Amino acid sequence: MLTKKDLLGIKELSVEEINLILDTAAVFKDVLGRDIKKVPTLRGKTTVNLFFEPSTRTRTSFELAAKRLSTDVINFSVPTSSVVKGESLIDTALTVQALGADFIIIRHSSSGVPHLLAKKLKASVINAGDGTNEHPTQALLDAFTIREKKEKIEGLEIAIVGDIAHSRVAKSNIYCLKKLGAKIRLIGPPTLIPKELERMDIDVFHNMEAGLKDVDVLMMLRIQMERQGRGFFPSTKEYSRNWGLTSERFSLAKDDVIVMHPGPMNRGVEITSEIADGPRSVILEQVTNGLAVRMAVMYLLAGVKR
Amino acid sequence: MSKELMNKMDIDRALTRMAHEIIEKNKGTEKLCLVGIQRGGVHLAKRLASKIKQIEKKDIPVGSLDIAFYRDDLNIRKEQPVVRRTEVLFEVTDLKIILVDDVLFTGRSIRAALDALIDLGRPASIQLVVLIDRGHRELPIKADYVGKNIPTALSETVEVQLVEEGLEDRVILESPLVPL
Repeated sequence: MLTKKDLLGIKELSVEEINLILDTAAVFKDVLGRDIKKVPTLRGKTTVNLFFEPSTRTRTSFELAAKRLSTDVINFSVPTSSVVKGESLIDTALTVQALGADFIIIRHSSSGVPHLLAKKLKASVINAGDGTNEHPTQALLDAFTIREKKEKIEGLEIAIVGDIAHSRVAKSNIYCLKKLGAKIRLIGPPTLIPKELERMDIDVFHNMEAGLKDVDVLMMLRIQMERQGRGFFPSTKEYSRNWGLTSERFSLAKDDVIVMHPGPMNRGVEITSEIADGPRSVILEQVTNGLAVRMAVMYLLAGVKR
Repeated sequence: MSKELMNKMDIDRALTRMAHEIIEKNKGTEKLCLVGIQRGGVHLAKRLASKIKQIEKKDIPVGSLDIAFYRDDLNIRKEQPVVRRTEVLFEVTDLKIILVDDVLFTGRSIRAALDALIDLGRPASIQLVVLIDRGHRELPIKADYVGKNIPTALSETVEVQLVEEGLEDRVILESPLVPL
């Protein structure tokens, strides 16, 4: 059973809680494979998507997960809300709660915002990405996908490639996969890999070719175009030349390696279309699994006693 | 205080009788399938399938149904039920479903199971088998085949223990030490 009413990060979860979420998600994946893809489980509850940062896939995934569980969903988009009139974050959240929200799914550009709201609200707060801190449901869906494809996580060699420093996806994945017993290595330019991670029993490679050897799972991260020109790497072209996943480099990895990407992809920058659309890619399955994992999280949080 | 209501032999005889009744009422095994409610019902459904096979020499499909997502008490339970897999690997539309559970009590689990089944397709009919009917219905639900009717007090609990769960086959009635 989950013990907290909120899902704020992987850091706060125990191995048992992570496994419970993954096992429950497997049951929801069955439901999503049926003709009737909806269950009445959370009928009468209300979900509010509170996204202060642009997002298509995460917001849509949460919206659909909430609907498949029969909750009512409100999408609160910031440009049309009172936030532009200067309403404070907490006032916005309290207003949403006063409307009867049971689940508040929040994305915000500042780290720690979900944690602040969780303390102020009675509703369950689910972190859908906060600053450079965490994106827990992405890590859970990645773990679910790896477990499904490789039948285990313990002992696997998993490489995360790209902009680790600014990536909440990378951080949540590192916490999650380490708890589940995987061996993590990070590949990317020194400017994009925080020094403190090297102290966490994580191997760091600045050379892509060396890093790809013996890897079971390859997680490519999106190069955040908005960080271009800030001196982290000279140009996307050069980034692509050194750390992009091309067919020649890909041939250095194990034959049964799987390739993941949290999306949205910059085709031709961090990954070529040939690999993204190829037989070792599980990128679209990650999207489907995301739905099952988010349903599992909401279902389990609904059972936490207040 | 606990009392044994059925032993291994009693359970086996009840299942044999119900297997015969199912075949008799349905005039054979055509279009028949068994679906057990997780978990006790699943074990009993498998046992019934093997008894029906012994009698009629026909295999009938067996599925398992988890009703957690269809319960009406998610808000009032002490903790969220453990979710198990629903594995009905055959098309239920137009089949005669024999729904199997271990204990029939308030009828609320069966109500949830009916909703869950109907979301899988449109069966021709659904019949209900229970090993124990302990009374105290809260919904208009009745079993078609009953292993044993047992009058109980609301304060008592009925537990069906099965070898599949690592226990000896038996049915036990637990009563509170001090009568309420």
